[in-house]
Amino acid sequence: MTLAEIIASLFPEGHSVTVAEGLVNGEGPFRGGRLAVIGIDGDTALGVDGACRLAGYVLDVVRRGGAAPILVAIDSDSQRMSRRDELLGLNEYLAHLAKTLLLADAHGHPTVGLIYGHSAAGAFIATALATRVLVGLPGANPSVMDLPSVARVTKLPLDRLEAMAKDTPVFAPGLDNMVRTGAVQAVLDPDQPLAEQIAAVIDALPADDTRDRAGRERGGRPVAEAIAAQVVREAAFG
Amino acid sequence: MSERIIDPAAKGWATSWYEASARARIDGLLDAGSFREVIGPEQRQMSPHLPLFDLPRAFDDGMIVGSGRLDGKPVLVAAQEGRFMGGAFGEVHGAKLVGLLRAALALKPDAVLILFDTGGVRLQEANAGETAIAEVMRAITKLRAAGVPVIGLIGGRAGAYGGGGLIAGTCSRLVVSEGGRISVSGPEVIETNKGAEEFDSRDRALVWRTMGGKHRRLIGGADAYADDTVAAFRQAALDQIGRAPAFDLATLEAEQARLEQRLTRFGDCRDGTEIWARLGVNDPEAVPALTTAAFDTLLASLGETTHDAR
Amino acid sequence: MEKLSFRHTTQRALAGAKAQAITGVVASGNLEVLLERALAPTECTVEIETPIRGYGEVWAAVVADFVARSQPGGLRITINDGGARPDTVSLRLLQGARLMEV
Repeated sequence: MTLAEIIASLFPEGHSVTVAEGLVNGEGPFRGGRLAVIGIDGDTALGVDGACRLAGYVLDVVRRGGAAPILVAIDSDSQRMSRRDELLGLNEYLAHLAKTLLLADAHGHPTVGLIYGHSAAGAFIATALATRVLVGLPGANPSVMDLPSVARVTKLPLDRLEAMAKDTPVFAPGLDNMVRTGAVQAVLDPDQPLAEQIAAVIDALPADDTRDRAGRERGGRPVAEAIAAQVVREAAFG
Repeated sequence: MSERIIDPAAKGWATSWYEASARARIDGLLDAGSFREVIGPEQRQMSPHLPLFDLPRAFDDGMIVGSGRLDGKPVLVAAQEGRFMGGAFGEVHGAKLVGLLRAALALKPDAVLILFDTGGVRLQEANAGETAIAEVMRAITKLRAAGVPVIGLIGGRAGAYGGGGLIAGTCSRLVVSEGGRISVSGPEVIETNKGAEEFDSRDRALVWRTMGGKHRRLIGGADAYADDTVAAFRQAALDQIGRAPAFDLATLEAEQARLEQRLTRFGDCRDGTEIWARLGVNDPEAVPALTTAAFDTLLASLGETTHDAR
Repeated sequence: MEKLSFRHTTQRALAGAKAQAITGVVASGNLEVLLERALAPTECTVEIETPIRGYGEVWAAVVADFVARSQPGGLRITINDGGARPDTVSLRLLQGARLMEV
């Protein structure tokens, strides 16, 4: 689905969502209230300027009060790779964006991520992965690094990596692997109205972060949940 | 009573933080004998994935977690071993840190200390590592909202890169030393993607002017600058515990303003020296070579270089 | 990965009462050694996991030399090797034994 199709499916009665320089912002009517939308479109890389603007949009929602959920719609490249972005402290801008989403979520604005295109690395962590629950649409392609680059860095042949990727979902890019890892909760149906599906996702929001449990149940992360739970049980002060 | 099982030759007040192993850093940072490790190496909770790549594993997967005391204060500690797989986040590595942060919610220590030394996500376990990083960031903000400060210490050879840089950006306070670099993309990755004109990754001086500890301290990306010794990091950590800002709307509004202002003031700067000049540094070219004492003097002369908008 | 395992008998138990120690780091040219006081007083086992295949005889010789020198009776020693040279292996084993003698 394109962003335009997504927005139309979310807001059949109209909306105020706009896209400027790859940044998405706006809202529309949703279940008697409003649903705020922010995001990145067009496989755009996320740099200091974009992250700062998006964070501002999120803070606008929180400042307005109310209980509007926030949909974070993502079709992005990775973080913008440049001297300028790192010089200016890109890590702080990306972390700040994630923090605004995490704060909004804790302050009455449940956050739902919707990955419908590409996303990678720092951009993915700062947006889609910073929501309370992340869902995807078929064809979405979250990744840490593409396999040819992984082959270059690890000095393993690409065909061997492709074969290994069939046996384990732990390293290769792709939506299904992120579902198995527990990072993506579900894949929505593009042929059904999105508003209802998003509403159902919001109604089923977990109170805590249960991604590691999902990772164990789906086989993508066999040990993470147990390891974290063991630390919780055994950490103590003497 | 804890077992001090690290190499006695590697500890001591004057020990270089940069050169020390993760275990030696913990041992020197905390009150003597106070560290109680959780999921220690003898439990052999190693990576389930590295054997697929014919790569050797570490008994602790390069992440050491546990409890201890810092000048008598109860703290939880996590330390990354930067020399194992570049300190990168794998499934077990990440889960240990996530568990520690969740444990802190129940135990309410005076602080959680994260000793960063990471290149980011471990490629061989990319999806697990990346998801763990997101879980860590969520857990840190939840912990901060519950009133527990999370202090990041950055001074190892791997720095705080990639997802590690993002986690650092969620901490309440950050302590950095000369050797501690903070960045999202590494110099080689920028050069591969954008060319040497954009970033010559072999130019170490450029790397440090762009991502190094002194630059981060000057631009407000870190809150304290420490000498490269275990003693200095211990003192700085203690000092920062009492300065942690609340995780609330007011703090994030202040950070928004701080970050917007940074773009306005320095958005057209090409190099760290230009930024330092605009900050009021008389001799920017001399900054990299400044000793810690001279750098501290410089910071004091610049006036207000600290903030609590993080 | 190659797994190697050696079992030795010593003349005496290693001095000290330390229950466990760890030294070294898994990195290129380095190794990690975990020592546990877990066996009968004159037994010693050394288990190694290494990505460099085909050096079994070298490992056997290094281990035998270490056992003869340090008499690490009672120790279960486990190694994660990152591709260390024999002299580095010897060094780490000796460092480990010293840590356990406390």
